[in-house]
Amino acid sequence: MPLELAAKHGRTTAPADLGRSPLAIRGLTVSYGEKPAVFSVDATFAPGAMTAIVGPNGAGKSTLLKAALGVVRPLSGRVTCWGRPLARQRGRIAYVPQRASVDWDFPTRVLDVVLMGLYRELGLLRRVGPEQRARAVACLARVGMEGFAERQIGQLSGGQQQRVFLARALAQEADLYLLDEPLAGVDAATEKAIIAVLQALRAEGRTVVAVHHDLATVPDYFDRVFLINTTPVAEGPVAEAFTQANLQAAYGGRLATAQMGAVV
Amino acid sequence: MGMQFVSLSLPPLLIGIFAAVACALPGNFLLLRRQALIGDAISHVVLPGIVGAFLVTGVIATWPMMLGAGAAALIAVVLIEAVRRLGRIEPGAAMGVVFTAMFAGGVLLLEQSDTSDVHLDVQHALYGNLESLIWLDGLGWHSLLDWQALTGLPPELPRMAATCLGVGLFTAVFWRPLKISTFDEGFARTQGLPTGLIGLALVIVAAVAAVAAFDAVGSIIVIAMFICPPAAARLMTDRLERQVGWSVGFAVLSAVLGYVLAGYGPLWLGFDHAVSAAGMIATVSGIILAVAAFFGPCRARAGAPAEG
Repeated sequence: MPLELAAKHGRTTAPADLGRSPLAIRGLTVSYGEKPAVFSVDATFAPGAMTAIVGPNGAGKSTLLKAALGVVRPLSGRVTCWGRPLARQRGRIAYVPQRASVDWDFPTRVLDVVLMGLYRELGLLRRVGPEQRARAVACLARVGMEGFAERQIGQLSGGQQQRVFLARALAQEADLYLLDEPLAGVDAATEKAIIAVLQALRAEGRTVVAVHHDLATVPDYFDRVFLINTTPVAEGPVAEAFTQANLQAAYGGRLATAQMGAVV
Repeated sequence: MGMQFVSLSLPPLLIGIFAAVACALPGNFLLLRRQALIGDAISHVVLPGIVGAFLVTGVIATWPMMLGAGAAALIAVVLIEAVRRLGRIEPGAAMGVVFTAMFAGGVLLLEQSDTSDVHLDVQHALYGNLESLIWLDGLGWHSLLDWQALTGLPPELPRMAATCLGVGLFTAVFWRPLKISTFDEGFARTQGLPTGLIGLALVIVAAVAAVAAFDAVGSIIVIAMFICPPAAARLMTDRLERQVGWSVGFAVLSAVLGYVLAGYGPLWLGFDHAVSAAGMIATVSGIILAVAAFFGPCRARAGAPAEG
């Protein structure tokens, strides 16, 4: 039973900065079937940093994010944001799901998607006013999509769709940004635009955590890395944690040594 | 003309319009959630509910039967969700399993129980009795202001109007939760929305609309109105707000045109019998969908987004 195992493995690390961390996870185990996708994960993400979650396919990277946010239900584990339960801090957290997770045929325009980022603030019935509209347009401008506000979302390219998702997250004006593979399948211009926005967020003191698949760009884009393969492998500043030994441990035989030489 | 219209045509027309709109509104969201067949499912599962209500009360009366039908619909909705979640089966298959099983259960129940001498009319259930919902006290337009005359209205009319109003209010108040949990469930959950509960509430509202409409106008209209007006509306626009507006328009158009064509169409063609209004309303909604499918401005689908 994963539950008992998780209890047995449950680590008792309690760093002093737990209360300051925008996202602290303890003993998180998630299972979609027999085999756990994420097993007994402890993670404390550093405030004001840009952290990459890195690991092989099926290592539980996306699941870790989803479970941390309550999108999927974990078997066990505790999540605190700035030392308080997640439910109390939802207004400070923005999530950018994987592009493939939504129906792009949905009848809605680019601007409407960005406005969804304001629904929590607007509640059920308050009307979208000119102020909200202006904010949404400004968020689109930050990702270079202001010219597409009236487009149906299905008419966008993959990279443009990803930027619209990011604009929706920007509209939430959050302190913690969690992104699931924001650079997967996007063009070079979009990659540059997205990274620039994320770095600007970090410069404003906000925290960015992104699932990232391209090992070659980890040192350029991120300052910290969290290596995972169902269980955590290593965490720390890129210079210390993003080592050949740790990558070998995370990827096992799946990463050729030559490939890794090019990376590290 | 005025008097005849008010007593014979106005009540069925209004009932048809309210029923069509009450089903079309939740139909928009069900369609986008790939759950459009739930209307079909509900109209099957109410059979054991109606038989059960008869067995319990021993009389053929509207309220017990509607309650029985409503209870059966709710049980079905919960069962469908349970099969879908526990069995990890796609929604269409879960619906198919539940509504076939419950319909079969209803047939067995009907057979085993002593209802053979009671007239549970299949034809009535299918086509409804829209034309028979007349207002004998309606002596002209002035009767609409006469309280005494108004009490003689067919009870289906206020019931359907209240249902339509309730469905409309639900859609308006929970517009944002419905929209974002339909479009992007993961994002909706990070906003703290109980997406499971929202989905359940939507199908329960659909079930209530279906049962009320089923009683007044029969199941053919229910099944058609859940799917045809929203599907046609989706082909007219790329915005959800306008889609819902178009679907209401198409629902009203189907009800009015269908009723008029059923009553007068055959006469114009030289036949001497009117045809079923419910059948004609459903047919008109199908024709509207066909026209939209050929000429609607938003027929192109992006499918998988292009890379790059």
